[in-house]
Formats: sequence, C-alpha cells, structure tokens
Amino acid sequence: MSRLVFANRKTRGDLSVARGGLGVASGKRRFAGGKLGVAGTICAVVVGLAVLAAVAGPFIAPYSPTLPNLQLAWVGPVSGHLLGFDFEGRDVLSRLLAGAQTAMLGPLVVVVLAMAGGALFAVVAAWRRGATDAVISSGMDVLFAFPGILLAVLATTVFGAGLTAAAVALAIAYLPYVARVLRSGALKERNQTYVQALEVQGVSVPRICFGHILPNMSGIIVAQATVLFGYAMVDLAAISFLGLGVQPPAANWGVMISENEPGILQGYPLPALAAGLCVVAVVIAVNVLGERLLEREGQR
Amino acid sequence: MLIGSLLVASFVIFGALYLAPGSVLATLSGGRALPAASVAVLNQRYHLNAPFFAQYWYWLDNAVHGDLGISITLRENVSTLIGNRIWTTAGLVLYASLIIFVLGIGLGVLAGLRPGKLDTSALVTTAVTAAVPAFVAAIVLLLVFSVKLGWFPALATGTSGASFLTEVKDFTLPAVALALSSLAIVARVTRAAIREEADREHVQTAVSRGIPHRQVIQRHTLRNAAIPITTVFAITVASLIAVSAVVETAFSLNGVGAYLVQAAQSKDIAVVQGISLVLVTAFVVVNLLADLMYAVLDPRVKLGAKAS
Repeated sequence: MSRLVFANRKTRGDLSVARGGLGVASGKRRFAGGKLGVAGTICAVVVGLAVLAAVAGPFIAPYSPTLPNLQLAWVGPVSGHLLGFDFEGRDVLSRLLAGAQTAMLGPLVVVVLAMAGGALFAVVAAWRRGATDAVISSGMDVLFAFPGILLAVLATTVFGAGLTAAAVALAIAYLPYVARVLRSGALKERNQTYVQALEVQGVSVPRICFGHILPNMSGIIVAQATVLFGYAMVDLAAISFLGLGVQPPAANWGVMISENEPGILQGYPLPALAAGLCVVAVVIAVNVLGERLLEREGQR
Repeated sequence: MLIGSLLVASFVIFGALYLAPGSVLATLSGGRALPAASVAVLNQRYHLNAPFFAQYWYWLDNAVHGDLGISITLRENVSTLIGNRIWTTAGLVLYASLIIFVLGIGLGVLAGLRPGKLDTSALVTTAVTAAVPAFVAAIVLLLVFSVKLGWFPALATGTSGASFLTEVKDFTLPAVALALSSLAIVARVTRAAIREEADREHVQTAVSRGIPHRQVIQRHTLRNAAIPITTVFAITVASLIAVSAVVETAFSLNGVGAYLVQAAQSKDIAVVQGISLVLVTAFVVVNLLADLMYAVLDPRVKLGAKAS
C-alpha cells in the first residue's frame, strides 16, 4: 500500500505543473534565467492589473457598483459604459473593478493560511523524523479524503454563507497537499551540512527551523503559493457562484457570473462572459508564472 | 487507510454540528423555531443527552445502515431524497469520465508520440483550457452550442422515461463543462509520461533491435506510461465528484450536487451531512480503485507491501 501511496504522492505533486503554463519545450530553458519572455510579461501584466483593481478598484470605478437602475437592465455597451449594464442595470465595468477585491483577497487568505500551516507541519515532520513524521504524514493522507469545495460547502452551512468560512475551509483542505510538497523540501534542507554546523554551535531548534531552514526554502514556498493561488481562486469563485460565498449585492466575479447567467439564454451574454474572462485570465497568468517558478526551483 | 479516511471524514462531517455557533438543536433546525414535539424527536434521534462520542457512534451506525436522518425543510428521509437524485450525478460523472478517458488520454498519446505542430498546439490549448473553471465553461458552452447553434437543449428536459439518446443529448453539455479542465490536465500528464518513456533506454534498445514501431509503442512505451496516466485519471475523476455540484447548479440539473447547494443555502444540515458523506465515500472508493489498478498494471506493485 505505501508504495502505491508514494506513487500517488509523486504525481499529485506534479499535477500543479500539468495544470498551467505554456511550457513549450524549447522555451523552458530560455526563461529559466529570470527573464519572463513575451508570454511571461503578458502574464505578469495581467496579475499586476488584477492586483491594482483589487487595491484601488472600488475607488477608480466610474459608477456605483451596487446601485441598481432597472431601466438600464441588460443595456449593451454605450459610450462611457464600455461593457454595458448587468441584469439590474449596474455598470458592468465598475462592478468588475469593485469585484476584484474579494476575488483576489479570498485566494490570498487561503494561500497564506495553507502555506503557514503546511510549512509548520512540514518542518516539524522533517526535523523530528521517525514517529512524529509518520503520524503527520499519515494524518495528511487521511485528510486528503476531503475535496476542498465539499469542505467549504459544509463550513458555509454551519457558519453561514460568506467568504471567511469558505476561505478557512479551503485552506484546511489544501493543507495536506502543501505539507506534502514542503516536507520533501524540508527533508532535503535537514540533511545539509549547514544544519549540522548550526546544531553543533548550539543554536536552538526553532531558530534553525524558522531562521535558516524555512528561509532557504523560500523559492519552493513562493512557487507553490503561486500555483495554489490559481486553485484557490477557481474554488472560491465557484463557492460564490453557488451563492455560498460573497453575498449579492456585493460585487464579486463569481457572483456576477451566477446573477447574469440568465442573460446567456436571453441574448445578453456580455456581463457573465466578462466576469468569467476575468477569472480565467488571472488563473492562466498565475499558472504560467507558477510553472516558471517551479521550473526554476527544479533546476537549482 | 480507506477505513481511516472515511472515519476521519465522517467525524469531521458529524463534528461540524458542534463547531457551529449556538446550540446543536439550533444548528439541526437551521435556526428555525420548532414545536416541542419536533424538539423531542430530534433529541431522541441524535441522542443529544448522551456523551459526544456516543452520539457520533449512533449517528455513524445509522448512516452505515442507510439512515441519514430527516430533512428539516422537506420532512423526508435524506436517504430517499439522495436516492432520487443520485443517478443524475452518477450519470454526469461517468459521462464526463468517459470524455476525459477518450479525448484526454487520446490527445495526450497523440501529442506525445508526434512532436511537432500538433504537439505544440495541443500544449497551448490545454494550458488555456486547464484554467477554465467548470462554471465558466458552462456559460460559454450554453452560449455557443445552445443559444447560437441550437445543437443542444439549454435545460435538460428531465422527463422520466425519455429515450437513452435524448438523455445523452441532455447531458452532453454538462458533461463537457465538467470534463473540460480535467481533460486538459490528463492530456498534459499523458503527453509528459509518453515522452519520458519514449526517451528511456529500454525503448531505444527495442528500437535499435529492429522491433516493429507499433510493438515498441504498445509494449514498451504505453505499458510503462500507463501508471502515471492511471494516477492522474483517477485523481481527476475523483475531483469531478465534488465539482458536479457546480455544473448541476449551472445547468439546473436535479442531482445530489445541486441539492447539496440548495440544502446548504437553506441550512438543512442533515441533508448536507448525508450528501457530504455519500460524496466523500465515492471519492475514497475511486481512489481505492486506482490503487487496485496499479497492481494490475505493474506486477511489481504488491498490495499491502510494507513500507521500504
């Protein structure tokens, strides 16, 4: 059984690579040195715009993102309203800008929580090894049985619909995955001679772990966090799409897709499509950048 | 391992009752005011006066025997409510799995065996489609194939006793929406696995000894690449089980996933617990089947072998 689990583990770790990136074979080496290339630059710009919208969106939105005006419902693009109006007659562009905040902040919370918890478990398991490692690793194997979306639905039922419950639930669901990847990284560091040298010098264990081992793993941590951000964004948008995350009338990309879905059948597809495009663009960009970072880690 | 995963998952599902703010009774009723008789029924049903672990044990024992409690909104047996909808979800997931198996693995094998234009375009396309979430795929598919082209119905007709072909047609768009991103992932992993095997020494030896190309591919490349392919296929199929909730909601299908979402919105905790338990069990069983497949594919893998 454990052989099988190992095989499983290996491929699960690789899934992130499979998911994203325009990894055309010849391009791999060229970008590894830190240069982004054309595709990489575009992706960085997309992420930069999304971050800008998340920070400044509500302030630079030209119209109110929440005030309905039913007379303008489903009206198409006109001058001053680039993307037209949604099902309640609100300016779609303003709503997209305002919606970036929860769409970006939610995944960030998930990633920070999952990485912090995962790194803690990984370092403890790698340091203590033996029984502690076995307990943590099998505990993580058992936790794998809970798909993220399902845990988030359960959490929102119990704690009430909202972004907080969903984000915490997703972070817990991702924890085993993060811990597993970081554990192998931490084990590698643990066997380095500098760790032995620090031990001989009598540096305290927490100091070695958090002052030396974790900073040395920062590359792989950042790469994994980037890949995880894409997953978290999709899952959280799905939760909001299902009506269990951000609650209307608040603006959010997932909410915008579900509330404007009737427009698809009625011949007004733009509001829902625009929100969908925002999610897809950011996820692709994050995936490509994440894959580049992972490649760079693999080459070191 | 399997039993352990299920026990932990069931414990989390049951324990959710106690994590909730407010009393357990309030959680069970979803904050509704209940007549004294109903409160007594709930008290008796969940053995609320017994210690926590005893309550969990009673709940689990009932669940294993097919009794998942009673829906607080519909006042019906949760098992019956799930039973009415489970085939929609099972059909959807199986259809999507079939699409992934045929197109995902097929595309990956083709791209892996033939470097060049096909391979490059497959890589770029799958990189994009892998990032398309099911609910975005759903609206795009509805727009193109239902509204613009009119090839498929926007809403499943849902009439029972419809012919098999009509049902296949009704389920095609939802199944494609569910399959799309997983299809891309499976194709990418398949391609990488094929490429890796094709470069290995035993394959080159086979080629240099003059063994026919077809045989080299079948016996040496595909057979060895089958293990990572099986792994990624099993993981993605297992993940479809939870994502089906999103697709069923987007297409207004009456499956357990969409019902789970409705129950979560109306705080019908017994239904959410029941469906979660069924879906987690399905998830674990698919993973178990994958583990069994390794033993079939690779004779070196012994089930129950000790850790090295």
